Amino acid sequence: MKNLWLFLVRYNAFFWFVLFFTVSLLLVVQNNRYQRSAFVNSSNVVVGSFYDKLNSWKSYLALEETNKNLAQENAELRQQLQKFILADTLDSVQIADSIEENRYRFTIAEVVNNSIHQKSNFITINKGSSEGVEKGLGVITSNGVVGVVLNVSPHFSTIQSLLHPDTRVSVTLDTTNVFGSLAWGNNVDPRFALVRDIPNHVKVQKGMKIYTSGFSLFPKGIEIGTVEETGIVSGESFLDVKIRLRTNFSNLNHVYVVKDLLENEKNLLETQTEDNNG
Amino acid sequence: MGSVVLFNLFRFVALIALQVVLFKNVGYYNLATPFPYILIIFLLPINIPNFILFLLAFATGLTVDAFYDSIGVHAAACVALAWFRIFFHKITLDVDAQNSFETPALGNMGSKWFLSYIAIGTVVHHIVLFHVEYFSFSNYLSTLLSILLSSIFTILLIMLISLLVYRRKSRLLGN
Repeated sequence: MKNLWLFLVRYNAFFWFVLFFTVSLLLVVQNNRYQRSAFVNSSNVVVGSFYDKLNSWKSYLALEETNKNLAQENAELRQQLQKFILADTLDSVQIADSIEENRYRFTIAEVVNNSIHQKSNFITINKGSSEGVEKGLGVITSNGVVGVVLNVSPHFSTIQSLLHPDTRVSVTLDTTNVFGSLAWGNNVDPRFALVRDIPNHVKVQKGMKIYTSGFSLFPKGIEIGTVEETGIVSGESFLDVKIRLRTNFSNLNHVYVVKDLLENEKNLLETQTEDNNG
Repeated sequence: MGSVVLFNLFRFVALIALQVVLFKNVGYYNLATPFPYILIIFLLPINIPNFILFLLAFATGLTVDAFYDSIGVHAAACVALAWFRIFFHKITLDVDAQNSFETPALGNMGSKWFLSYIAIGTVVHHIVLFHVEYFSFSNYLSTLLSILLSSIFTILLIMLISLLVYRRKSRLLGN
């Protein structure tokens, strides 16, 4: 005990230095916006490039699966293309809306970090503000919805995954055009999610498909999943429906960031309408 | 004793005022910015207790931070400078000098000792200051250039101020 005391007294300058310097650095990191973001942001250069490196090795393991998915997507696209090629253009009047064609811009990105076992799950991708990714854009994959962009740095972005209690996506139920909102809720299983606020009078059957409604960030008609269980009653006049997600979150690899080029126009119009209503 | 406190208090107010009114607006682009206010810490009495020294250094840094809107950056640099000061005194002064209550000013210590004291201390302070402020190792060459040019600027200003208030009194060192 005495020796310890002597040791502390002998090197007291060093210990005071450590104490005061730590307090100063704490103040710096706590109060200065730049240092805080450089210090703790999950999409910072050090963490981001580490995951990038790690992923470049891990991606070899998933190569077979990725190839299969890409081939399948190719096939689906080819099938859609075929419809246009075969369509008889001579006796149909062209009323294609050229605005609608270019309404969405897709940026392909690679997933460099992913989690599915947390209560709130986040994904990091290797595209950032320098590639045109912005806060609040939607993220999809070839077979479903992934989430919403939460934070961007020049070369990386973090995504609030669909597997997050605060994520909501506007969806429609198969051919009925009834819409509800998709949420993971307090779920723990990354394969399932809930569709809330389906009116009670709608007959929901197992196996019905769920699509995006096009009201929110995502283009209309992306298949999200199929109804797994019906008739979970939330209140008086609405149904909660359990669905099986089509996106496999455990092996996400390539995703597309969707930019709605007409979003500002739409929002502006909608706020004007709200203003008029008082 | 009372006059020492008064002198240091006056020096504190004057140098902080000079720093935030005048030297904050002086600089060569963003490369060379002078911080002669650190003379406050250099000139505290020699045998001041370590804890008081660190406390005063921290307070000085925090005061400048308040004017520069950079809470903690200058405080960290000043605390590092205080540590350097203790180390430098320990290896350059004999026991008698270490226990005296003198101000380690140019007139008391001789120009050779004083210049090396100011030069090394300023470089230490600026190294910590710019690293904490930039907080990244990207574009490191410009950080080093800022440290070098600002240090030269600060040292020149401190020597200028010291010569202006030069008063030859007792000599603690033999030369």
